[in-house]
Amino acid sequence: MSTPPAGDDRHVPEDRRTEEEPILSVRNLQTVFHTDRETIRAVDGIDLDIYEGETVGLVGESGSGKSVTARSIMGLVDEPGEILPGSSIKFQGEEITGYDTKQYQNLRGSGIGMVFQDPLSSLNPVFTVGNQIREALKVNRGITGEAAREEAIDLLEAVQIPDASRRLGEYPHEFSGGMRQRAVIAMMLACDPEVLICDEPTTALDVTIQAQILDLLRELQEDRGLSILFITHDMGVIADVTDRVNVMYAGEIVEKAPTEELFAAPSHPYTRGLLEAIPGQQAGQERLRTIEGDVPTPNEPATYCRFAPRCPQAFDDCEAVHPELVGVTEGETEHTAACLLYPEDMSTGEAVAYHERLGGDSSGTDESGAAGDGDVAADGGRSTGDRGRDSVDGGDGR
Amino acid sequence: MSEMTQQRGRADPAVVGETLVEVKGLKKYYGGQGVLADPPVKAVDGVDFTIQRGETLGLVGESGCGKTTLGRTLVQLETATEGSVEFDGTDITELTGKQLKQWRRNAQIVFQDPESSLNDRMTIGEIVREPLDVHEVGSPRDRRDKVKDLLASVGLQPEHYYRYPHQFSGGQRQRIGIARALALEPEFVVLDEPVSALDTSVQAKILNLLEDLQEEYDLTYLFIAHDLAAVRHICDRVAVMYLGKIMEIGLTEELYTDPANPYTHSLLSAIPEPDPTVEKERITLPGTPPSPRDPPEGCQFTTRCPAKIRPETHEQLDAETWNAIERFREVIRERSRIDLSIRNRIRRRVGRFSKYDDIDETVADLFDGTGVSEEVMAHVEQAADHVKDGYPNRAREYMGEEFDSVCDTTRPDLYTVSPTNRLSYCHRHTDEYESVDSVLGRQSDGE
Ligand code: SF4
Ligand code: SF4
Repeated sequence: MSTPPAGDDRHVPEDRRTEEEPILSVRNLQTVFHTDRETIRAVDGIDLDIYEGETVGLVGESGSGKSVTARSIMGLVDEPGEILPGSSIKFQGEEITGYDTKQYQNLRGSGIGMVFQDPLSSLNPVFTVGNQIREALKVNRGITGEAAREEAIDLLEAVQIPDASRRLGEYPHEFSGGMRQRAVIAMMLACDPEVLICDEPTTALDVTIQAQILDLLRELQEDRGLSILFITHDMGVIADVTDRVNVMYAGEIVEKAPTEELFAAPSHPYTRGLLEAIPGQQAGQERLRTIEGDVPTPNEPATYCRFAPRCPQAFDDCEAVHPELVGVTEGETEHTAACLLYPEDMSTGEAVAYHERLGGDSSGTDESGAAGDGDVAADGGRSTGDRGRDSVDGGDGR
Repeated sequence: MSEMTQQRGRADPAVVGETLVEVKGLKKYYGGQGVLADPPVKAVDGVDFTIQRGETLGLVGESGCGKTTLGRTLVQLETATEGSVEFDGTDITELTGKQLKQWRRNAQIVFQDPESSLNDRMTIGEIVREPLDVHEVGSPRDRRDKVKDLLASVGLQPEHYYRYPHQFSGGQRQRIGIARALALEPEFVVLDEPVSALDTSVQAKILNLLEDLQEEYDLTYLFIAHDLAAVRHICDRVAVMYLGKIMEIGLTEELYTDPANPYTHSLLSAIPEPDPTVEKERITLPGTPPSPRDPPEGCQFTTRCPAKIRPETHEQLDAETWNAIERFREVIRERSRIDLSIRNRIRRRVGRFSKYDDIDETVADLFDGTGVSEEVMAHVEQAADHVKDGYPNRAREYMGEEFDSVCDTTRPDLYTVSPTNRLSYCHRHTDEYESVDSVLGRQSDGE
């Protein structure tokens, strides 16, 4: 709501993405975990933008690196994990990867809030819910005493916890799962964040309770102009709540698209496989399509396609050339896929050469250096001509 | 294998089948014994159904609805409080000792969590062989061969015999659990959320495997899940549970495409479809299910039902006011479950009780700006006064007398709602009341 277009040197109007800096911008994020035997590249060079008021989805299976991405943004990567130099995370235009513990605490207290799958990990069992919310209000917004009590009640009411004043005096264990998750969201709101990172916030909940929480997040977003990064393995939830989606596989983003586009025309073979594996789309006659093999552990630099061993469309080059995120058709910037079959209007030979060229570019220094085609490829979001913005501006009725 | 599944016809077992399991009036209560005990938890509160030989019956519902308890009771991991479970005509709740042990071979269970259900100190071979050892099936050599066959049929390799569970992924561990459950060649297998903990692409493989095994070994499944998509894929019939009761039971496709019970409607509408262009009429249920220690006297779903029948005297109230009243009643109900300390009981007796004055804030939160009538407000305030005096139970009774309907006071019957004998538990299936479809349809039009 109050994001100043800091240091804006582009001046193409019409399109908000060219006027506005993303509120959260991730470039070439590399988070690794060192073990005795190997280095696991849990997040391996991803780019991600979140603009004000939108919900961006990050979808993937276990081991894809989606949760590590969230923890990297929040400064919650501990030994033996490490964010490699060259990674950049900017919040409201400011680089945060170099933050110290104190600065990260401030950030978590007033800039970026996080909701985990297990609400108990964010709540202290020995204090009442009211105490914890009042504490957050005191530390982050300097509100104390009766004013804090009233604000705490307002917050619990905002997250639709009934009988709020009584429940302030209760302990987390006295809350049901859904109510706990609401309490955590209330605590986050006490910090008045700009961005909310939700890591599988409804996975442990029943569907009717999940529906309540998703409705709640939608309302809060409208009322408070929150930007949300929504991490989940559930394609149904992605379809329901997000404006744009990033599909992660083995540490990399393999496809990016506006949500409707992704479901209408999934392009990366992995995304297709994942969508086809979802049961229950129609009657149970047919055998479910599956993806052969298992998710690999990314323990070496990606000089090839990590999906190749499982890909029904793999060909020789897939073992030798690293696919970059490119438009699914030439010039397309909103819908990109990291697969040598794209841009689909190029011949395979041309496409492979194109990927090799881009790979050569971006393996040098990032951002500043990358020019021309490379810029488009590395950042599907920044250019003009993007469609589907209206769905972000709200009012698409969902 | 794919050929096999293609040929596989799904004959309608509900019509042609032969009954394998027949459950009658089954109840499972926990606790509640003794004079001072809390009322019992009514995990399963009177269910009747049959499972046909060779079919897969799905059992769906939210946590706490009793589906897992029901599954465990069917394989006698829990003892029924009341009612019978007939297996091929024998009431197995009556079996003891040797007979029970013998029968157990016939009914196995696969658990949800492949992480904790396998003993990490045993090799895969030992884990799968254990039931064979316990029941002393064949010679040790036979057993080892049998285990290798089993490993092969669930898609594992013979060399996995000597490995330990922690060396396997979640999907593989679930395969081990399945192999173990099949070791004694049971006829009936309870699958308790077998794929809930797995990734989508792994889930698909396990579901395919379960279908193949059913074909190969003529298995009958009870498939317990909260994931309605998986259930739709694998089950011939489905039973939907809420608070210990079966709300609806019938053929899967029919039930999914044309649900009869208001709860089934709500549950299905809450699943997010993996298709952003689908504009579902979502019914978001308010509140949480009531405690199974204190279920409603009437229909179990009455406190959250979007189609609840109203008392005649309040038929014309607008939806918003009605909803506020229901939420207020929920608040009072919760408060009536809290025990007062002795000190507060004394205060209450001498009229100096003030702990519950904050009920006014809740009343304001719920009713301010709803355009509620003075008449309704008078009732609400009267009830709030009871709460403030320290008697939320009186408030509860007071609100009940004024606002209760048949849904609150009387248990519905199971009505047949389709030619295929689908059953649904709801008062609205009688001629006396407007039908469920019509009520829910009216609501979504109004919005
Ligand atoms: S690059 Fe090759 S292996 Fe990778 S997804 Fe594309 S076609 Fe498949
Ligand atoms: S009996 Fe009443 S409360 Fe129960 S499902 Fe039917 S309408 Fe709803």
